[in-house]
Amino acid sequence: MARGLTVAEKIFSRRCHREKKAGDVVMAPIDAAMIHDITGPLAITQFWEMGGERVFDPEKIILLFDHQIPADSIPAAKNHVMMRAFAEEQGIVNYDLREGVCHQVALEKGRVAPGDIVVGSDSHTCMYGAVGAFATGIGSTDMGFALKFGALYFRVPESIRVGAEGRFASRVGPKDLILRLTGDIGADGATYCALEFGGSAFEEMDMPGRMTCCNMAIEMGGKAGIVPPDEVTRAYLKERRSFDPVELSPDSDAVYLDQRSYDVSDLSPQVAVPHNVDNVVSVEEVAGRKVDQVFIGSCTNGRFEDMQEAAEVLGNETFSDKVRVIIIPASRDEYLKTLRAGLIERFVEAGALVEAPCCGPCMGGAFGLLAPGEVSLSTSNRNFRGRQGSTEAEVYLSSPATAAASALYGEITDPRGV
Amino acid sequence: MAMRVWKFGNDIDTDAIIPGRFLTIYDEKELASYAFEGTRDEFSKEADDGDIIVGGRNFGCGSSREHAPLAIRGAGVRVIVAESFARIFYRNAINTGLLPLVCEDAGAIKDGAELIVHTDEGYIESAGKRYPIDPVPEFLLEIIQAGGLVAYARAHPEVKTCTE
Repeated sequence: MARGLTVAEKIFSRRCHREKKAGDVVMAPIDAAMIHDITGPLAITQFWEMGGERVFDPEKIILLFDHQIPADSIPAAKNHVMMRAFAEEQGIVNYDLREGVCHQVALEKGRVAPGDIVVGSDSHTCMYGAVGAFATGIGSTDMGFALKFGALYFRVPESIRVGAEGRFASRVGPKDLILRLTGDIGADGATYCALEFGGSAFEEMDMPGRMTCCNMAIEMGGKAGIVPPDEVTRAYLKERRSFDPVELSPDSDAVYLDQRSYDVSDLSPQVAVPHNVDNVVSVEEVAGRKVDQVFIGSCTNGRFEDMQEAAEVLGNETFSDKVRVIIIPASRDEYLKTLRAGLIERFVEAGALVEAPCCGPCMGGAFGLLAPGEVSLSTSNRNFRGRQGSTEAEVYLSSPATAAASALYGEITDPRGV
Repeated sequence: MAMRVWKFGNDIDTDAIIPGRFLTIYDEKELASYAFEGTRDEFSKEADDGDIIVGGRNFGCGSSREHAPLAIRGAGVRVIVAESFARIFYRNAINTGLLPLVCEDAGAIKDGAELIVHTDEGYIESAGKRYPIDPVPEFLLEIIQAGGLVAYARAHPEVKTCTE
């Protein structure tokens, strides 16, 4: 029986030139492929192992270093050298360590367009759904295959529709919504599925907020998170790249695995508590919990708007001297915007360490690691045991507003009361 | 041949399998020496060739790091049984030569027990009981039968995309 199509089905149908529905397995063409310093070296090795000589299209490859920069060890430095040589040999533009966190850079450099099928050897590649692409994280061997052939096997996923209406209250925003959703759907509730976002709250949401939401689709097991492209998308992309006008709104009779609806106007600030991202509570339930470190940054919440949100809560105050505050804008562009607005000066005056654009403490590799018994509050996307250092440390996740409020008092604090 | 079971719970994430600070390593034996560090320290010391990991729901959630299946493989494990797998880990496992088997009843299998895998017959056996396993999706079976994705790619100088 004929039925309408979801956004994910429309994207695969468009790229395959024929109708594709959930459950179909396709060898789909790749419009962009992203590799970074952690998973890139193995992808390149596998590309060679597969007999690869030239990548399918150097212009479609996004290559940079963000996890361990500047090199924090000799093995990391060697990985950078290896990837630099590969970029040069293949004629791939290498952003190296200059531009920032992969997902932010991929979008702000205009490397992804609405309707594209994009892969990245990083699980948060799903963030590119913010511009209406179908983007998903893959492993290094799949990436080796994609680099060689410019194509990869996909099973067209079922979709879960998430509708959100209403206006956020003051100091509540997209991060609180996506944390709430993760708590409701669960860490595997969207496994193999595309999360498709819509409703007036998403239509009114700016691009940074959409990025935050799409970024965390993987925390529910999602294969992709997508906001259908609209005027907000077009305005964001206009100065960055040209692209085909594609109509990707879901059909009214599209079939979903599940549909959820939210009214964001009565949403409170949300916090994911150790040690699972779906362990989400309202901030009041954990207020008063002492924190040793606060991290504001990452691909999830490291944009200028996130910095503004934190600065607005900070005001003219000083961060608690009981807490280490680490602030990292997600890219050079976002850093410059933050700098020119005078916010870097404000953060430094208030006692924060402001670092150059990189992943920072998010994945517990480069710096900002936690000792046993320590507690971190982070605007990033994962609070798994051991994620930011010791397996005996605890990581809480929140919005930039909640993180800034908590940094003021050295304990988890409701930003609405500051 | 019967092999020892290493039992794990739900939502075993890739940070638990191999923490972020070891990701500059790509050698599977070296990765194996840090597998489950801080989560289950005895695994890296005691796991033997042919041992089997049995997990709960959402095994391998989190990062796309292929270091995770490599660390498990480096310890000699070739088969992981779980109630369900996270999507990226499932693909990575197949691509690196691990066999991920979905078994709804994985929770009934005990740590330290012996387990026999009958892939073709579609069941596993432990403590005298048989548990059915889901078939591997057909398009992935083709990759497994080729000997992994690298071998598949070597055997196919070109691939036909859905646009053709």
